[in-house]
Amino acid sequence: MPSDSAAATSDPMISARGLRKSFTSREGAIVEAVKGIDIDVRRGEAFGFLGPNGAGKSSTMRMIAAVSPVTGGELRILGMDPAEHGPAIRSRLGVCPQEDTLDNELNVFDNLYIYGRYFGIAKREVRRRADELLDFVQLGEKRDAKVESLSGGMKRRLTIARSLINQPDILLLDEPTTGLDPQARHILWDRLFRLKQEGVTLVITTHYMDEAEQLCDRLVVMDRGVVAAEGSPSELISRYSTREVAELRFPVGDHEATAEKVADLGDRVEVLPDRLLVYAADGEHVLEQVHARGLRPVATLARRSTLEDVFLRLTGRTLVD
Amino acid sequence: MASTSPAEVTSAPFRDDRALTAWQGVGRQLDYHWTVYKRTWKSSAVSSFLSPLLYVVAMGVLLGRFVHVSPARLEGATSYLAFIVPGLIAAQAMQTALFETTYPVLAGIKWHKSFWAQLATPLATRDLANAMLAFAMFRVATTCGVYFLVMAPFGVFATWWGPLLAWLATVLVGMAFATWTFALSARVEGPDSFGLVFRLGMIPLFLFSGSFFPISNLGPVLAWVARCTPLWHGVSLTRMLCVDDVDPTTAAVNVAVLTCLLVVGWWLAVASLRRRLAT
Repeated sequence: MPSDSAAATSDPMISARGLRKSFTSREGAIVEAVKGIDIDVRRGEAFGFLGPNGAGKSSTMRMIAAVSPVTGGELRILGMDPAEHGPAIRSRLGVCPQEDTLDNELNVFDNLYIYGRYFGIAKREVRRRADELLDFVQLGEKRDAKVESLSGGMKRRLTIARSLINQPDILLLDEPTTGLDPQARHILWDRLFRLKQEGVTLVITTHYMDEAEQLCDRLVVMDRGVVAAEGSPSELISRYSTREVAELRFPVGDHEATAEKVADLGDRVEVLPDRLLVYAADGEHVLEQVHARGLRPVATLARRSTLEDVFLRLTGRTLVD
Repeated sequence: MASTSPAEVTSAPFRDDRALTAWQGVGRQLDYHWTVYKRTWKSSAVSSFLSPLLYVVAMGVLLGRFVHVSPARLEGATSYLAFIVPGLIAAQAMQTALFETTYPVLAGIKWHKSFWAQLATPLATRDLANAMLAFAMFRVATTCGVYFLVMAPFGVFATWWGPLLAWLATVLVGMAFATWTFALSARVEGPDSFGLVFRLGMIPLFLFSGSFFPISNLGPVLAWVARCTPLWHGVSLTRMLCVDDVDPTTAAVNVAVLTCLLVVGWWLAVASLRRRLAT
């Protein structure tokens, strides 16, 4: 039964309750990748999974993509159960995997064309969409080029174009900019913004804080298979961090000892291998106090709090490997 | 938390929830295999037609000049050439099937990763296996079909309809092999095992399954071993049809064995790929 549009708007595009995934590793041990998460993704929003490698982001994405069976809990995508309606769900998803699965031996256009045909889209319509999408991802001039000859950024854009060939309701992007240079990342972000404006629901996994802040309306921070926090980037920052952070670099090995001398200057102090982070409302003020106490850091920086600070607070670890 | 009733409402699919039929699943991949084939057919044509032709000339024509035995010793064939050609075509069916279901399967899993891309679409694992096997069948059918056509002017076929049925038999031979090697390829980690398949499987079968000499030459014990190999059933069936000397019981056993291999192999192929691609 097709539901009316009003109901469709209010229903979550993706809903997970107590979602779990475990699998047996090659060594025979049972690995619990996802340990019971609750998620609701609403129509038209950009939703992010932020977390380090091994946090369970990709496992969650594969379950949402209806290619990996759910171990436990409940998952509904577009209102459907992936165990029963896998093909129907996949026909309405766009998937941009972490690892390129483009056919290197075919040209750019053929990659889109054959993929569109998998969805049963008529030949003429696939050709029209393929050309349109190549323009959208700025690869029109590369139409007849072999995929092998494309740069990493171009391949990723082609993968995104491919994932849009079936005009999906939800676009799943697994670490879309990992391995790309800064310029390529910005081009990609720009295209994703445009898609969001057109009403496509985006689900993004990333371990880049700046990417999550740029792209996501709402996100969950995942760590070791559970959701550590959920909210918009600004909500998370105000809930779990101070407004600003003062970063202090001392000679290596001095950080632990120095931390005690500045502990009272902020709400909290984090000791990292290469620097001290003092969390406070006014970063510049902290730096002044540090100098007033006769401490001489090698380098200093006062900055706004970011999602990385949130993550550090929640897990005691930095995100970057 | 989702209570029972709203969950039931939202679990009603918005659109089509029908799984694809097997025909749709294969049909949607036609353009893929056709696009790839358009790029590769020239090189594959040379290798699949030239080497059989060389075999026919060297073994059938040139070596055959030294072979003068009665048709009774040649399973009803009137010349050594007429004896060897059906065997060579049946062996060609096996070889083509093996090549199409070893490296291409592993490429889909590990190198091109085309299977992973396809799995993100409405296609299911069964559809991926079916389409690749269907393409292997197309390759076997065209390669053997051309082989039969090229051999016709040599006057080695007893009737016009015999080779036509024999052509269908070679397709059956090819697929009886293709499904099993597909299953194996879906399970191996790397291409090293393919060398073993070719050297310890394909070549001994090619040499000792009755393609080049009657298996009675092997002596009673080894002849029975040869009768247990799938290629012998293929060679036997193809030759009986080509020389128009069909023993109905033997033919029925040949067809039954090859069909059983095909059905079990297909089941194994789909199950193996499903296991490999499960995450």
